[in-house]
Amino acid sequence: MMLALEMYRSPAKFLAAKAVGGRIPGILTGPAAPLRLVTINEPKAEREGWARIRPILSGICGSDLGMVTGSTKLYFSAMVSMPFVPGHEIVGELLDDCEDLPKGTKVVMDSVLTCAARGVEPCQGCASGNTNRCDRITVGHVAPGLQTGFCQDTGGGWGNVMVAHRSQLYAVPDGMSDERAVLTEPLACAVHTALRAKVEPGQSILVSGAGAVGLFATLALRELTQAGRITVVAKHAKQRELARAFGASDVVAPDEVFRGVRRSTGAFRLKPEMAKEFLLGGVDIAVDAVGSKDSIDTVLRVTKAGGRVVLSGMPASGADLSPVWFRELELTGTYASAREEPNDKPAFETALELAAKAPLDGIVGARYPLYRWREAIDHAHSAGRLGTVKVAFDVRAS
Amino acid sequence: MSRPGFVLEVDDRTPPLIVHSGEGFLLERFPLGTRVVYPPEALPPVRDVEEAIQNALLNPTESEPLPELLRPGMRLTIAFDDISLPLPPMKKPDIRQRIIEAVLELAATAGVDDVEIISANALHRRLTPNELRDIVGERVFRSFFPDGKLYNFDAEDRDNLTHLGQTRHGEDVEISKRAAESDLLVYVNVNLVAMDGGHKSTSIGLASYKSLKHHHNSHTMIHSRSFMDHKASKMHHSAWRMGEVLTQHVKVFQIETTLNNNVFGGGLEFLQKREWEWSIKDQASMLATKRGLAAAPAKLRHKIFTDVRANYELTGVNAGAIEPVHDKTLEMVHRQHLVEVQGQSDVGIIGVPYLGPYNVNSVMNPILAACMGLGYHFNAYRGNPIVRKDGALILYHPVPYEFSQLHHPSYVDFFEEVLSESTDPATIEAKFEKQYAEDPWYIHLYRTSYAYHGVHPFYMWYWISHALDHCGDIVWVGANRKTVERMGFRSASTLQDALEMVSHSVGRSPSITYLHNPPHLLADVR
Repeated sequence: MMLALEMYRSPAKFLAAKAVGGRIPGILTGPAAPLRLVTINEPKAEREGWARIRPILSGICGSDLGMVTGSTKLYFSAMVSMPFVPGHEIVGELLDDCEDLPKGTKVVMDSVLTCAARGVEPCQGCASGNTNRCDRITVGHVAPGLQTGFCQDTGGGWGNVMVAHRSQLYAVPDGMSDERAVLTEPLACAVHTALRAKVEPGQSILVSGAGAVGLFATLALRELTQAGRITVVAKHAKQRELARAFGASDVVAPDEVFRGVRRSTGAFRLKPEMAKEFLLGGVDIAVDAVGSKDSIDTVLRVTKAGGRVVLSGMPASGADLSPVWFRELELTGTYASAREEPNDKPAFETALELAAKAPLDGIVGARYPLYRWREAIDHAHSAGRLGTVKVAFDVRAS
Repeated sequence: MSRPGFVLEVDDRTPPLIVHSGEGFLLERFPLGTRVVYPPEALPPVRDVEEAIQNALLNPTESEPLPELLRPGMRLTIAFDDISLPLPPMKKPDIRQRIIEAVLELAATAGVDDVEIISANALHRRLTPNELRDIVGERVFRSFFPDGKLYNFDAEDRDNLTHLGQTRHGEDVEISKRAAESDLLVYVNVNLVAMDGGHKSTSIGLASYKSLKHHHNSHTMIHSRSFMDHKASKMHHSAWRMGEVLTQHVKVFQIETTLNNNVFGGGLEFLQKREWEWSIKDQASMLATKRGLAAAPAKLRHKIFTDVRANYELTGVNAGAIEPVHDKTLEMVHRQHLVEVQGQSDVGIIGVPYLGPYNVNSVMNPILAACMGLGYHFNAYRGNPIVRKDGALILYHPVPYEFSQLHHPSYVDFFEEVLSESTDPATIEAKFEKQYAEDPWYIHLYRTSYAYHGVHPFYMWYWISHALDHCGDIVWVGANRKTVERMGFRSASTLQDALEMVSHSVGRSPSITYLHNPPHLLADVR
C-alpha cells in the first residue's frame, strides 16, 4: 500500500471548478478539487522493461493544475484513464533493476507512454523518433493515458511508488542535485520548443509568459539557437529578473507588449475599431508559453508576416485567427519532447546538459509533503505572484 | 504706465502667493525671507498695429523695403512660427495673420504669383487644418490651403530638402528645398521670449534632423547658459553659424514681433496681478476658479485650460536683415521680461503651468513637464541661474502618467524604455537617439498624422541637461511619485516636505527664490 494523491472522476466537481474556480481560487483546493489523498495499492511492474520507482521530488506542472481547475479541454478526456495519480515531472530512485539500470539508480522520466512502453509495434511517430507524436497512447498493455501521470496503471509522481518503462528513463548524472534533476522534464519540453521554432541566426523572438514554460523556453532558445533579440513578456518582478538571467534581451510587461515589440522591430502599430491592436511587422518568431486566449491573441498580432507562432502552452479556445490568415503565419504546436530531436539527440539528454549548467538554483522555490497538497496547489496556482517558478512535492517527506 | 518687475521679500504681511501647478494652481505660504521674482506688468501695445506692420515692411532695418524685393515671376516663400508660439495661443486675429496678409498684399501688388506659405515646424508635429487657419486667418487659408500652397514643413521628405553646405564647424545646413530655392524667404516670427527668433527661426524651423542634431544634443545644450541669452548659448551659436551659411544662399527678410505680458484675461485676470493688490472681484474669481477646478472632472478641467486664449498685444514689429532686427526685438523682449535679481539662492522654486510649447491642444506628459520646468523656466535667466551650483530646485506640477498617443507616441516609449535604463542625457543620446530618429513608424506618424518626430523626446531631455548638471537636488511638489522617480527626481507632498528633503544639501535655513512665472519673466541674475 502507498500514499498518493489521486485524481478521480467527479463531473459535479469538474463543473464547479470550471464555473467558479477562476473567481474563487480557494475553491479549487477545497471542496471542488477532484483530488484526494488516499492509501492505495502500489502499481505493479510485471512486464519486461518495467520497473518501480520511488519518486523523490515531483513537480506541479501547468497541465496538472489544468486538470485540478477544470480548465483542461475535454479533448483530452479520451486519453486518460481515471482514477490516476498525477505527476510526470519527477526525479526518483529505481526500486528494481531495469535492464541496464541497476536498482538504486537515480532517474528522470520522459513521461510520454509510447509504443515501446505499451508493447505494441512502433507507430509512424515512434518509428521516426518523434515519440511525443505516438498514435498508440490508448492501446497496448497499459491503460489509456497520454503520459505517465494521466494513466491508471502507471501511478504518478504524486504517489510514493510509480512504474516506468526503460524507454522512458534517463539516469541522472552523478552530482546533480534533485532540485535540478526534477526540472529535466520541463527543460526537455523547452528544448523541443526551441528546436521546433526553427530559429535562423539573428531572428527576433517573443516569448509570451515567464512561468516555468516561458523561462525554460527562453533558456533553451538562448542556449540552443542563434536567436537575435529575445523579448520576454513577464508579469512579476522575479520573473523579469529570471528572464534576463535566462537570456532575454529585454523584458516587457503584458500591457507593454505591443509598444515593446513595435519599438524593437520598427513595426507599424494599428488599432482596429473595437478590437485589439496589432503590428504590421513584428518579431520573426513568437512563442506562446501561457496558453490563454489573451496571450495567443497577442503573439499572433505581434508576429511579422510569414513568421512563425509556436504554441507551447496548452491553448485555450476563442483566439482570433485572422492574423494567421492575413499575415500567412506558420502555426506550430509543441507538445512534450521527442527521442530524436533536430540536434540528433533525445531532448532529455540535452535537457540534462542544460540542467547541469544553467542558473537553476532556487528555481524549485517550494517543496511540500503530499499531505499538504492543498497548500501546494494553492502555491503553484499563484507561483508567479509569489516569486516562485516551480513548486514540487517532496514525496519522500510524505 | 506699466510697472517694472521686482523682487518681493516675503514677510509677515505677505499673503499666500499663486503657484501654477499643471491644470490648477495653489496658494502657497513661503518661508519668511523668500525672494519672489515678479515679471514686469504688460507694456503698452502699439497703437495702430496695421500702421506698425506697414512701417516695418516699408522701412526695414538694413534691408531694402519689401516692395523693392518683390517682382513678377519670382518665387516667394513665407514661413511662420508654428503653434508652439505664443503660449497660450493668442486671441484672433493672430499677429502672424496680420503680417502675412500685409506681405501678400504687397506681393500681389508687385505681381508675384508663385507664393508658398510654410509652417516652420521642423520636427514638431504637423498643424491640423484648423490650427493653420487659426494662425493665418480664414482669407489666407482659403486662398492657399486647398491648392497645397499653405502646408507644414516635412523634415523627412528627402526630395524636398536642400543641403546648403556646412558651417565652419562642419555643421550641416539642410533646409526646406522650397525655401532654399526661393528668390525671397520672408520669415514671420512671434518672439515671445528671448530665446526665439534671429537665426533660430529659419535655420531651425525649416531644418531637417541632419541639421538639427548638430545643436540639439546633450553636449551643446548643457553648455547653453542660458537658452534665453543667445550670446551665451552654444545652441544659438550653432544656429547663428548655420544662419550665416543659409543667408549666403537665400535672401531672408525677417519679420519679428514682440508681445506684451497680457497673458490672462476674463475670469483668470487675477493670475497676472500681484496678490496683495487683488480686488474683491479678483478674490472672488480666484476662489471660484480654485473651487471650480477642484470640483471639475479632469476632462472639463483640461478643456477649460485648453480653451484659454491670451490677450497678447503687439509691442513691436521689426523687419529686415536677421541680426539687426533681432537686436531690436531682444531690446523689447528684455523691456517686457527682464527683472534684476541680486545673487543666486540655495533653493529655486518654480510652478510649472499647464502649457508648454509642445502640448498645445494636447496633454503635458511627464517629459514635457520636466522640460517646461527644468528646460524653460530654469533657463529663464541671464547671467547666472537663480539657484547656486549644487543648490536645490523645487517644482510644482502633478506630473501625471498621461501621454497623447496621437501627438507624442515616441514619448511613451522614451519614458518606458529609455528612462528606465538611464536618465543621463549623454548616455541615452549615445544609445538610443539614432534608433528613435530613424524608427520608420515614428517617421510615418510624423509625416502623415500629428505626431512629434521620434527624436523629439530626446531633445526635451537635452533641454533639461543644464539643470540636471547644475542642481544638486530636484524635488517635485504634489507630483505622481512613480513618474518623477522614473525621471530620476523625488516627490514631496508639500513645500515643507520638499525643503526638509533638500535640507541635507542646502541646510535648514536656505535662501529661497521663487519665480512668479507666468506671465513671462527673465531673471537677470547679477
